[in-house]
Amino acid sequence: MTPAAAPLKVLAAMSGGVDSAVAAGRAVDAGHDVTGVHLALSAAPQTLRHGARGCCTLEDANDARRAADVLGIPFYIWDLAERFKADVVDGFVSEYAAGRTPNPCLRCNEKIKFTAVLDRALALGFDAVVTGHHARLDDGRLRRSVDMGKDQSYVLAVLTARQLAHAQFPLGDSTKAQVRAEAAARGLAVADKPDSHDICFIADGDTRGFLAKQLGTRDGPIVDSATGDVVGSHAGSFGYTVGQRRGLNLNRPSPEGEPRYVLSIQPKTNTLVVGPGELLDADEVTAQRPLWTSGTSPSDEFDCLVQLRAHGMVTPATVRVTADEVVARLHSSQRGVAPGQALVMYDDDVVVGSATIAAARRIGVIA
Amino acid sequence: MPYLDHAATTPMLPEAIAAVGAALGELGNASSLHGSGRRARRRVEESREQLAGSLGARPSEVVFTAGGTEADNLAVKGIYWARRDADPRRRRIIASSVEHHAVLDAVDWLATHEGADVTWLPVDAQGKVAPGYLREALAADPDSVALVTVMWANNEVGTTEPISALAALAHEFGVPLHTDAVQAVGSLPVDFAESGADALTMTGHKLGGAYGAGALLLRRDVDCVPLLHGGGQERDVRSGTLDVPGAIGLAVATSLAVERRLQLAPRIARLRDSLIDGVREIVPDVIVNGHPTDRLPGIAHLSFPGCEGDSLLMLLDARGIECSTGSACSAGVAQPSHVLIAMGASAAAARGSLRFSLGHTSTADDVAAVVDAIGPVVERARRAGLTSVAS
Repeated sequence: MTPAAAPLKVLAAMSGGVDSAVAAGRAVDAGHDVTGVHLALSAAPQTLRHGARGCCTLEDANDARRAADVLGIPFYIWDLAERFKADVVDGFVSEYAAGRTPNPCLRCNEKIKFTAVLDRALALGFDAVVTGHHARLDDGRLRRSVDMGKDQSYVLAVLTARQLAHAQFPLGDSTKAQVRAEAAARGLAVADKPDSHDICFIADGDTRGFLAKQLGTRDGPIVDSATGDVVGSHAGSFGYTVGQRRGLNLNRPSPEGEPRYVLSIQPKTNTLVVGPGELLDADEVTAQRPLWTSGTSPSDEFDCLVQLRAHGMVTPATVRVTADEVVARLHSSQRGVAPGQALVMYDDDVVVGSATIAAARRIGVIA
Repeated sequence: MPYLDHAATTPMLPEAIAAVGAALGELGNASSLHGSGRRARRRVEESREQLAGSLGARPSEVVFTAGGTEADNLAVKGIYWARRDADPRRRRIIASSVEHHAVLDAVDWLATHEGADVTWLPVDAQGKVAPGYLREALAADPDSVALVTVMWANNEVGTTEPISALAALAHEFGVPLHTDAVQAVGSLPVDFAESGADALTMTGHKLGGAYGAGALLLRRDVDCVPLLHGGGQERDVRSGTLDVPGAIGLAVATSLAVERRLQLAPRIARLRDSLIDGVREIVPDVIVNGHPTDRLPGIAHLSFPGCEGDSLLMLLDARGIECSTGSACSAGVAQPSHVLIAMGASAAAARGSLRFSLGHTSTADDVAAVVDAIGPVVERARRAGLTSVAS
């Protein structure tokens, strides 16, 4: 578990959660010279009273500081609020405004943790950045965690070989339960702290409310795909995700009494199109701006596993590579492929590359 | 370990440690009427007299507090409330724009919650308040002013303010003046009566006393509404069982610091000058902030163009050199200093600053350590500054 390599000067990004605290502890045990940093990502940190989870509260900063104290490492807070807003939050809002479903954690890893923080760390004389992500690094290859339920390789798949060369993920060989037990054994008070699930900058979990504040509300129709009838209304086409069923508040049941799902989002006309679930089944996914972990694609056409959103939806596929696009032909169809999410390609459990989903070809629907 | 953060807190004097330690073993509530109470009371009153004697105050003017922040809050809020209660037109506070947050935020709070109007006095590029601005602010509508508050010496850049002149001006218009002298006592000659100030904040841990023990010197004829209500201690202005060891330690440390000031201050000033000269030799474009002559002996506040202050701090810390960016933190994030901004610095320049502060245990070796380290540290911080986090 502990690398036998020469000790390095490493910077441990500490969110205040249990994973990053244990990761920092393991880096210390490995003999590295470890410095902890907490990234202040919110311009106006919420106070304890808000009880928010994530990595933006004063409580999280204090938890991170306490963990660093227990581990006996220096600890600082780096202010990345401006960068975080520019590189993550603004993009999150504009992606939703364009009818896509972004993954801000992935963007944060790409732009904040392994660009802004890593670059600054290297300039300051550090060799690597350590995080508590559940993923393995094996000879420069990014692999899934042994704990598939907690695996985070999907949100790290945007990292390049250069970034991975300066990254350490000490938790990849452990399950979450093992990490919690180790935290308790180390005397870290965060051992029982609940996992954060929500988007860290949306404390109350109300993504649509957050977007409405940024974009304003604008009423628009919800249209049935089969009949063209208006079956409901919404306060802004942003904030919906292709494949979504809940929260549509349709005022007319479908003729068959089947549930209806968001089939497409049309921001220009502020229209949501809904219809039966089977129309969401896709057998081909086009994704843009491919990024290859090793620097180049394995070949022009290859078989692999693709994952189409953060949790689940893994399927064998044949991927065809063109200049700035990949087209994945799915060997079994998948329901609810949302533009804006990442398509991550795996060779068994090794990340090959990733790209941003632009479109899905629906079976029986020529879009 | 080169410790250059004496303006944050300075090592306790052995004499003060001994006095506090001994007092901790003594029984007695100074308000009790029996023998133990009388003994405690006597120790407190002796300390009050000793402290007053060190600072040119009368014993009856000493209000013991739990430190500088409390004394600042008591003066600013208490005098504001008392003056407003006596005449509802008095809602204006005139404050310098370079005050410590204990004054700044108390004033802001009064503006937000108690209907206070605030006139912030500008400072020049050296951090000095011009008396002319105070005259203007007072003369505009003297009857509306509750109080004036201007610090004796700035905690970030070390610039001293002309307190006697400002107090005289305030009195010309019948307005009381409070001064935060936390950084001044022990470093500069501070005589409460001579200064003309109506209220003065001081605290122990900046001059060799214990944390959590300070005082507000408050003239007898200045009304002040208490923050803490209760047993009526400290002439009913500050209730709470008297902290006997705290008062003893405060008095012992203050009297020693004041006594030794004439020997210590010039020695510290020489060390500070050698630090500035040594750094400038290696980093020629360093900017020295503050007034060239009217300043605390122990503070060297330096801006390093192209650097982030927290990078510099971290790199020096890794080499065992302890200093400060000088400005306040919000959630651990260093904010651009309101003091430097008030002095006309850009936000970037304000962020790229360090405060080295020297004190009674400082040595030439401490200075040499900074001078040895500063070259590589600034070079690295500049490289990191180019990949600036807050671009």
